[in-house]
Formats: sequence, C-alpha cells, structure tokens
Amino acid sequence: MQAIGNWFQRLYESTGLNFSVFYDAYDWDRYLGGLKMTLFLSVTTIMLSLVIGAAGALMQGSPSRLLRLAVNIFVVVFRNTPPLVQIFFFYFGLGTMLPAVETAGMRVPLLSNVQWAIISLSLFAAAFNVEIFRSGIEAVPRTTVEAAEALGYTRFKAYIHIVLPLAIRVCLPALNNNLVNLLKTTTLAYAIAVPETLYAVKQIWSESQNVFEMMVVLLATYGILVGVLVWLMHRWERAMRIPGYAR
Amino acid sequence: MVATWTPDQPIVQCVEVRKSFGALEVLKGISLSVRKGEVICIIGPSGSGKSTLIRCINALQPISSGSIQIEGIEVTDPRLDKLALRRKVGMVFQQYNLFPHKTALQNVMMAPIHVLGQKRAEVEARARALLAKVRLAGKEDSYPGELSGGQQQRVAIARSLAMRPDIMLFDEVTAALDPETVKEVLVTIRELAEDGMTCLLVTHEMNFAREVADHVYFTDRGVIVEHGPPETLFTAAKDERTQRFLSQVL
Repeated sequence: MQAIGNWFQRLYESTGLNFSVFYDAYDWDRYLGGLKMTLFLSVTTIMLSLVIGAAGALMQGSPSRLLRLAVNIFVVVFRNTPPLVQIFFFYFGLGTMLPAVETAGMRVPLLSNVQWAIISLSLFAAAFNVEIFRSGIEAVPRTTVEAAEALGYTRFKAYIHIVLPLAIRVCLPALNNNLVNLLKTTTLAYAIAVPETLYAVKQIWSESQNVFEMMVVLLATYGILVGVLVWLMHRWERAMRIPGYAR
Repeated sequence: MVATWTPDQPIVQCVEVRKSFGALEVLKGISLSVRKGEVICIIGPSGSGKSTLIRCINALQPISSGSIQIEGIEVTDPRLDKLALRRKVGMVFQQYNLFPHKTALQNVMMAPIHVLGQKRAEVEARARALLAKVRLAGKEDSYPGELSGGQQQRVAIARSLAMRPDIMLFDEVTAALDPETVKEVLVTIRELAEDGMTCLLVTHEMNFAREVADHVYFTDRGVIVEHGPPETLFTAAKDERTQRFLSQVL
C-alpha cells in the first residue's frame, strides 16, 4: 500500500497530476466514506425498489379498480417528474412538515437526509420497476396461471411461486438497465448533502485544487461500480436459466 | 348451502347449465352427472362447448345460469371456497401447462406444499411414487422443456394426483400430442380409471372412449344430443347428428 502512495506522490512531484486520495490519508478516508455511502444507498434503494416494484405489479393485476388506479397514479407521478425535483420535494417539502424529535437534548428531524434520499430514490426506481415487472408478467401464459388456479393456488401464492419467478426471467435485461440507472442516480443525493462519492470527491477537489484528477477518479469509480452490478446481474441471469426452456 | 352430500350421490351434478360469451351462447342447457368411480367421456365436434363445460365445472369460468354441484358444493355460489372445490377436483389441460422453471418432481410437489401446507418429506415420497406410477421414474430432475409432450402430460397428471382429488377432469389431453405418444398418456389414464378414480374426459379418442368409458355424452352446438353406454352409442346411435359425427371420426 505504501508503495502505491509513494508512486502517486512521485507522480504529483514530477508531473503535477495530483491524485491526493491515493497518498493522502485524510482524502482517502473521505473518499472511502463516500464510496461506502454510495454502496449503502445503491444496495438499499435497489432492494426497496425491487420489492415496491413487485408489489406494485401485483396490485396492477388486482380485481380492485381503486388499487389499480392508485398504482397507475404512482407510476405516472414518479415517471413524469425529474428525480432531483422528487428528492427536493421529499427533503425540503415533506421533511419540513414532519414533526422533529428530541434526541439527547437536540431537536432533530424525524427523517435524516440519507433516509429521505433512500425513500425518494427507491420510489423513483420502483415506478419504472412496476412497468418492467408488468411486461414480464404479461409474458407469462395465462394457461400457466390457470393450471396454478386449478391446483388451488390463490392469486397471491400463484404470483409468488409461479408468475413472478417466470416474469423476472423475461424482464431481467430491462431490469438490469433500470438498476444501472438507479446506481448512477444515487449521485443526486449530493443535492441534499448526503455524503456519497460525488459529495466526498467534490470536497476533496475544492480543498486540494485537483478537479481534473478527481473527476477521473470519480468517473472510474462509477464505471467500476456499474461494471460490478452488471456482472452480478448477468450471473443472476445465467443462474436463472431453465434447461430446455426455449422462448 | 349446507353440504348434505353423501358418497352415493353424484360427485358432479350439472343441471341446465348455460354459458354465453357475449351474444354467443356456447352451452345451451347441459345436464349431466358423474358418480364415484365412473369414467365419463364427452365427445363431439370442435366448438360444441365441451372444453367450456369442463372449465365451468372447475370454476375457471363462471356460468350464465343453471347449477353445477361438486359433492354438493354449488360452484356458482359467489361465496364459493374455490380452494375447497379445487382440492376435490384435479384438472389436466391440453397444453400440459407445467411450471417451466421447476423440475418434474418439483412440479408434482409444489401444490401440496404451497396450497395444503403438507410436510416436504412426505410430499416428496408421494411425488416420487406418483412419477413412478406414470412411468417417469428417472425423470424426476428433468425440466419440462427437456421432456417430450407425452412425458410432460404424464407429469401434469401426477401433479394433479398429488392433491388427492376425488375426480379428475381431462380437457383434450392428447390433442396436442404426437400420435405415438398419445398411447402412453391414454395407458396412464386407463390405469387410473382401473384404480377406481372418477374421471371426466373431453376427448377425440373414440377408441379410448369406447373401451374405457362407462358412459359417453355426444354434444353438438352447446347441447347434449345423445348419451348412453359406449356399446350402444357407438353402434346404435339414434340421432342423425351422432351418426354423421361417428361416421366421420371412426
């Protein structure tokens, strides 16, 4: 590790390219903190958006018109408005309307900026996931669902055990795209001062005056993060492949 | 309705069943009954409403008027407990409709575990025995996509049997099969019938109906034209429409 730090230090001294994160312990810690926050945001919002998306798609097929209408309104609202505006709406709009709580003698908001970012980004991605799951569900033959019904499955049990597992296989490529987008959209949490990667890197470059170098680090970071996500999704796709199931 | 059904009464009792799709009336007052242990075949030209009837019996489709009772349970009752009905009735479809993401064994095991909440170990032992019974021992771990049509259909039969139904409905189960695999499925159904399983079949297999059925119904354009034991219906049909149909298919 020391060797890497020395190398970047020499690079700075000989060329003026200042990758301070790789030799300065303070900058490195800030960068690592940002990276951890980005991973935390990504994992939680991906999970939540998948759960909300699957639930929404189930409700979209519900016999209740009210429930179907509610899901459709949700999808339209979150798909037709910019995610940054949504984050502002939740944090500055709703956040200030919620009562504050007393913690250790301090009055703090009920939900922190990180929690608002998670809520808002999850709902944003979930709106797209609802539509993606719907496309998969529509590709499941009605006769397969009928067979489940004839075996006594309720609508919910058939959805969990038969429809969803088949639908996911159909919509994985589209889901893949949306989750990649979601990972990149977590940078918007910057706007409400969530200390994620962009926020941390911005702090580093304002203090160390190395905008170009940190930009390179930033782009490389997201390039690698998305690469890992795509690799995981492809592995999942392969694991879900059914022998002899031609489409 | 209080279930006052006793096993000496018909398992299936259809009375004046009518069913319309929009302006098109597909079933125009069908009455038939199936008693325990009987094998009943419904034959007739395409579009005569045979499949619709069998789907109505399993409450996959609502009827317009009339009454269908399964062991005394009125299928048309809006408060019908569909699970209770479907525990009694097994159904096999023309297109097999196996769950493609599960192996043959899992297909047979799923419903007893998910729907009836039975213990996995027990269910698995029974599922293996059922697959062996339909001559698919060794295919437990194959996925539906790796099996032939006839094999898939036999898995579908085993899957229905795993729920221990009182009656099995077969909806043209050999219509999508290659001629050489039709036989293996028919043998399976025949063995079931010989074991005493109550069966209601919609079929185009006239020889099968003739040899295995206790009673045959001939339907045309939504009505039962004629019915009787196969030996009379196939050799001494009274109605001209029945005669014409039989002369075309036999």
